[in-house]
Amino acid sequence: MAADDSPTPFRDELVARGHLIPSGQPGVFGRGDEFERVCTGFDRLVDDAVAPDGAERLRFPPLVPKLSIERVGYLKSFPDLIGAVFGFRGDEAEAAEMAQTAWEHGDWSGHLRQMDVTLTPAGCYPCYPAVAARGRLAADGALLDLGPCSVFRNEPSDDPARLQAFRMREVVRIGTPEQVLEWRERWMRRAQDVFARVELDADVDVANDPFFGRGGRMLAKNQRALQLKFEVLAPIATNAPTAISSFNYHQDHFGHAFGIERHDGEVAHSACLGFGLERVAMALMRRHGTDVGSWPSDVMRELRLDGPRP
Amino acid sequence: MKERVRRIVMDHGRLSVASLSDADDLYRAGMTSHSSVNVMLALESEFDIEFPDEMLTRETFATIDAIVGAVGSLAGAA
Repeated sequence: MAADDSPTPFRDELVARGHLIPSGQPGVFGRGDEFERVCTGFDRLVDDAVAPDGAERLRFPPLVPKLSIERVGYLKSFPDLIGAVFGFRGDEAEAAEMAQTAWEHGDWSGHLRQMDVTLTPAGCYPCYPAVAARGRLAADGALLDLGPCSVFRNEPSDDPARLQAFRMREVVRIGTPEQVLEWRERWMRRAQDVFARVELDADVDVANDPFFGRGGRMLAKNQRALQLKFEVLAPIATNAPTAISSFNYHQDHFGHAFGIERHDGEVAHSACLGFGLERVAMALMRRHGTDVGSWPSDVMRELRLDGPRP
Repeated sequence: MKERVRRIVMDHGRLSVASLSDADDLYRAGMTSHSSVNVMLALESEFDIEFPDEMLTRETFATIDAIVGAVGSLAGAA
């Protein structure tokens, strides 16, 4: 691998600047003050773009019921990415044994049992059962602004753009195929306007999810053939384009899994979009430099980094 | 072989129609991307074959005829 293809120099620069705070685990970082202000500033730009549509704001914790993961078939598509949650239900004697093993940095996993929740692997998952529980959709469907969603993916990496724990700014549209696709088209244009405001050259391209195994390769080809997923790409830690935003048409996958009915009783279709907040902040730093104070004044103003601190 | 293929498609394809001709588009009949993977895996198990990467496409599994052709070419080559 050529030296300039390595993601670690950029990671080390982000750490040296105080933008990322190492935890000792790959892909798990704290975030410094300035880095977080960039994330917040960009999140507000998305707020501005979402506002005219009158989306309903919903917020969910970074955990989902295990049942939801089972219903959407997550383990068929992404078994390697799940973060299941385990907890202790034993007695005092076993607790003492576990604590002693942990004190010696041994393997204490045998004392744990799986809990009925997992870490949230995709920010939009919690909203589907919530919408299904309301009964049939209105004729104009549903539009949900889920805000910055904390998600987890089990993929430790040296690439600072490939975090295990990160935030996706998610918006979800549910309704007829026409409603959902029209919305996605509109947002793909709108997102490019948002990126243009912060002077980020962002290319849109058809994409696929990292489905697991041979069946996954087939799913990936299907996803591309049907143009179900588009990504906005920008260089981050290397010159290779990395997704900073995605636009996903699920067809009736979630409508079917959770029983979401349209106003006419048909199974609802859905689409979501996500802006990877940490990735956007890093792409901006790649583009404009890691010294945020030296960024173009227009970009500073758009991100509200030039005024008094909130 | 066609009957075995047809049974696998009916069992795994999550089809929304009861009857199919050999040339009917299975995706139009309700088969999803996810259920087409189940069909693919069931075919591999039933016929003891392995679809090469270049055959793991939407077209390979689009109709009963297409599947029979694909399975035939692999089983014949084995």
